[in-house]
Amino acid sequence: MAQVEVPPAVVEVELRPAPPVDMRRALRLGFSGGAAMVLVAATGIVATFQERMVIDPILPLGLMFLYIVALAFGWMAGQPPQTLEGFAPARVSGRNYGAGTLAGGLAGLCIGVLVILMSVFDLRGVFVELSPALQSILTFDLAVPVAVVVIAAISAVAGALGAGIHALPTRTKKTLLPALTWVVIFSLMTDLFGQLFTGLSLDWLTTRLYPRRGGPLTITGAVIVFVVFLALHWYLSGRDTSMRQQVSAMPRRRRLGVRTAATGALLIVLYFVPQVMGPFVSQILVTAGIFLLMALGLNIVVGYAGLLDLGYVAFFAVGAYTAAIFTSPQSPAFTPQLALIAALPFVVLAAAIAGIMVATPVIRMRGDYLAIVTLGFGEIARILLNSEWLSPYFGGAQGITNIPDLQLGPFHFNTPQDYFYPIFLFVIVAAYITLALQNSRWGRAWMAMREDESVAEAMGVNIVTAKLSAFVVGAILASFGGSLYGAQIGSVFPHSFDIVVSITILVIIIVGGMGSVPGVALGAVVLIVLPNLLREFSEYQFLFYGVLLIAMMLKRPEGFIPSKRRAQELHQEEVAQDAWLEIYGEKGATGEPIPEGKT
Amino acid sequence: MTHATTVTAGPAGGPTRRVSRITPVSVFLWGLRIAIVAVILYGSFLSISSGRLTASQWRDLLVFGISTGSVYSLIALGYTMVYGVLRFINFAHGEVFMVGAMVAFYVANGLATTSLWVGSPVVSLLIVLISAMVASTSVAVIVERVAYRPLRGAPRLIPLITSIGASFTLQYLVRGLVGPSTKAFPRMEPLRGTFDIFGLVILRSQVVVIVAALAMMGGLYLFVERTRTGKSMRAVSEDPETAALMGIDVNGTIVRVFAVGGAMAGVAGALWGLVFPSLNFFSGFLPGIKAFTSAVLGGIGNIVGAMLGGVSLGVFESVGPSLVLAGYEIPAFSQLKDVVAYAALVMVLIFRPTGILGERLAQERG
Amino acid sequence: MALLEINGLSKDFGGLRAINGLDIHVDEGEIVSVIGPNGAGKTTFFNLITGMETPDEGNILFGDLNVVGLRPNQILQLGMARTFQNVRLFPAMTVLENVMVGQHCRTRAGVLGAIFKTPGQRAEEAIIEEKAKEVLSFFGTRLAGYRHDQLSMMLSYANRRRLEIARAMATEPRLLLLDEPTAGMNPRETVELTELIGQLRSERGFTIILIEHDMQVVRNVSDRVVVLDHGVKLVEGSYDHVSTDEKVIEAYLGRPAEREG
Repeated sequence: MAQVEVPPAVVEVELRPAPPVDMRRALRLGFSGGAAMVLVAATGIVATFQERMVIDPILPLGLMFLYIVALAFGWMAGQPPQTLEGFAPARVSGRNYGAGTLAGGLAGLCIGVLVILMSVFDLRGVFVELSPALQSILTFDLAVPVAVVVIAAISAVAGALGAGIHALPTRTKKTLLPALTWVVIFSLMTDLFGQLFTGLSLDWLTTRLYPRRGGPLTITGAVIVFVVFLALHWYLSGRDTSMRQQVSAMPRRRRLGVRTAATGALLIVLYFVPQVMGPFVSQILVTAGIFLLMALGLNIVVGYAGLLDLGYVAFFAVGAYTAAIFTSPQSPAFTPQLALIAALPFVVLAAAIAGIMVATPVIRMRGDYLAIVTLGFGEIARILLNSEWLSPYFGGAQGITNIPDLQLGPFHFNTPQDYFYPIFLFVIVAAYITLALQNSRWGRAWMAMREDESVAEAMGVNIVTAKLSAFVVGAILASFGGSLYGAQIGSVFPHSFDIVVSITILVIIIVGGMGSVPGVALGAVVLIVLPNLLREFSEYQFLFYGVLLIAMMLKRPEGFIPSKRRAQELHQEEVAQDAWLEIYGEKGATGEPIPEGKT
Repeated sequence: MTHATTVTAGPAGGPTRRVSRITPVSVFLWGLRIAIVAVILYGSFLSISSGRLTASQWRDLLVFGISTGSVYSLIALGYTMVYGVLRFINFAHGEVFMVGAMVAFYVANGLATTSLWVGSPVVSLLIVLISAMVASTSVAVIVERVAYRPLRGAPRLIPLITSIGASFTLQYLVRGLVGPSTKAFPRMEPLRGTFDIFGLVILRSQVVVIVAALAMMGGLYLFVERTRTGKSMRAVSEDPETAALMGIDVNGTIVRVFAVGGAMAGVAGALWGLVFPSLNFFSGFLPGIKAFTSAVLGGIGNIVGAMLGGVSLGVFESVGPSLVLAGYEIPAFSQLKDVVAYAALVMVLIFRPTGILGERLAQERG
Repeated sequence: MALLEINGLSKDFGGLRAINGLDIHVDEGEIVSVIGPNGAGKTTFFNLITGMETPDEGNILFGDLNVVGLRPNQILQLGMARTFQNVRLFPAMTVLENVMVGQHCRTRAGVLGAIFKTPGQRAEEAIIEEKAKEVLSFFGTRLAGYRHDQLSMMLSYANRRRLEIARAMATEPRLLLLDEPTAGMNPRETVELTELIGQLRSERGFTIILIEHDMQVVRNVSDRVVVLDHGVKLVEGSYDHVSTDEKVIEAYLGRPAEREG
């Protein structure tokens, strides 16, 4: 949006000096940081990650992770206080660095205390990870007193660096930090990039970056990546407006053209991905795709209609089991042995019935109770599917096996690479449905209900129908995911339909951005693809989810890529706009009438 | 509430017309109620008349149910007090309990090798209890400070989601710290065997659990009714704004609510080891849900309700499968024990969300 | 013929009798103001007639129909729309979307229609958008043009009140209930809104019931004034009649103290 010129009538105001950085807060952050670092060490994260080198041979992941915590807390401590109305903006001074150093150093001392304790006592009876191996890692094999000093010093420096980030001009921040992040990404995802470059016949790049087969990034490799992305981000940050804004500013037809071209390019790339990336990555993408499909479904229930369904996995199970029962020759009670395509109408029907059954009792329930009741339904479903009592129908703990592969005419899908395409197709369909519903009568009715149920009802929305339809649509999408899952894996077992699945899908849409398709896609990438690619992370996957959930709710509840409506930023307060209009009437400051669609 | 009318023209100025309460939804729900009651009664009839279990076996199930129910009651107190004050379900409370149980385990383990364990079991038990209480209280207060307080004014779903995150974080932190293996509580010799009470033979450990739980709940009840802090808690529970206007430190009171709830959960954690010998990082999940069910069953926000609800649920869960399900000759009905708890939760929330004794909640604003 | 007729309406909340045997009627085309001191039961009265609360006793006849017991969305469909005392918009939805929700009850497209983009659904969407823009244009440039795509939470206070009225208008009501529409507005905005209320009747043909505290507004716009206190109707009549009535003055200001001696 264009900058507003302040009318000359505004009086110059004396600004009061900014408040200084709070050192006591830095102290508190130091202790919290210390606690965080101790936990990172004691839960075994340091030891497990130490195996992996970020940059061979100098930077192991475990210790880097540990000291990044110190850096983060230094960053928090050194943060200039918020500029308040009537106060001058705060400048970064030595005091900020001091706060960062203090916080970092204190945190490091906490690790020092841990090291001392470990040298005196054997705590493995309680804390299984506090082994001599860990001690060796933390102390760099130095004598304990020396080690404590070294640790505190490194943490203090990390803290100071963290605080220093605030001093960087914006453009440097936007260049340096992403470039560093890319280095880390390249170093962690050696398999992914190795596969990618090999698939694209760029083997020379692989050997340059990762000289040891499957090994980590070398210093040369790190430098190359760093420089390349430094340049890229320098270019990107140099432009006045973001790409998103540029596109929005285009006239309608051109914008549509750009969007179609971009989507088309993306589709073409995605078409080639499974061929290029090989079976391992394709399997991960297939899993991510199924989760994404379900996340889009849950997005309608939670994101549009505001119904927190914690038992969503039940619909996934309904889809999987219905598909299994109708297609597998091993289905215990009833073996029609249809093709998957022929079974789909039954899957949809079963899902719709399940959706109605879940929705009807909860229609007049308040939000948090609804969450718990749906949780209960999900768990009841799992226990019943697992039970011996119902095993004549569902196979009990052994589940149902021998689900035949998907067949569409001449196409026979059996490898992960094959399955990528139908799953991707369903994802596209789900994304289309999501978008179609957003700007529709029911989409608006759901959102109104989410915002304020009693007012929505007072404005004509039939709440019963609204909730029923939201649940049914969500259930149907989840059931598609379930049936594809069953076909791809070849069997269904009750223990795959755990509450953890519901929570994972919920985290995907929250982290990615509720209500926005690219956001949900990003969420699926971050939460499914990444942990599966980084094997060390998979052990701490759920810890990561939990912390991420808390952090997102505290800092950015709208998600990383919020939907367009939430991304709307105002450069000026609405009230000022009204006043401005009043001073200058309907013609802008230049005396020209304001054109439609512009500020 | 689920009522509607078929619209017919009424005479102008005529007498009041009665509101017809028949809609498809209400018919469905009533049908469900009747079906459930019928199923339960018939199943019970079949079980009892088949004589599968002797009277003393039923009694054993009952006592077991009361003792597990007492543990649920203690945990439920935390849920009910926090919901009463903040109107939000603290998902992480089950993990607060689990941490207490873990600490109790390690302290007990440590003490078990000393002479104190055998010599003065009461003192040992007290040490275990207090350690668990301290641990749980600390965790509860820390979680409140870090994850919940910044979100005080947020729309209700956000703190709920945060508490789910806190629950996961705690579970997996504990897993990382102490490992995924299952821990077994050390045996306490004096607690082996049974007591003979009025001719009834009851396991000693169960008696200890029930007595300890009753004592703590009694203490809490007195605390809430008689002390100043308790009074502030009740005031904030009814109307936080007015309480603040009356000079009550609302923030501090809320922290104290979390602390007390955490302490109770800690006691529950210590007592858990006496009822169930094994424990791992995931052990907080089910008891947490069951405790929440108990809280709602008794009437959320209502402390006596939580106690009542807990014991009731414990008994339902213990006696239910044998009473109702066995009658229908369901194989391996004990697998479905948790279904009883979940089903109780679902049914209470659908049919009587205000619980047995009624809710006591902070007023809605605006 | 009375558009709205209320007989013997009563409502208890716990021990408090909020509305006590209320009889009110509103004729088609009238603008009636309901006034009274705080706590008199005015908003409860609105809640009862729109179905957001159920009365314990009494009839509410809208047109020929007794609407007691109907859900709020059913009553809205019959033609009664309202605004709220503390503005309750849908904050994360845009201005245009807020108003388009008002058209929900007058349209029929379902989920399948939206997914398959049937011609019927597309035509309906176009109509909904048209009508919403038309309603918003009633407020001149205030809610026009680029404003349509702004999130309603970003609007200024006065604009939010206007938007709420627009949303109610979009439901094509016969009777419009405005709950303190000018509360919190400055004098200039108040005058503007007062004129607008008159235009709502003269240009759009709505019957209007108004809850108000600002007596200037009441005087300038009402055909008839009803005074409530403690859930009971004290007086009704023209503004002049009501403003000089002793009981009304006593309700607002209290009885003058007894003189000594």
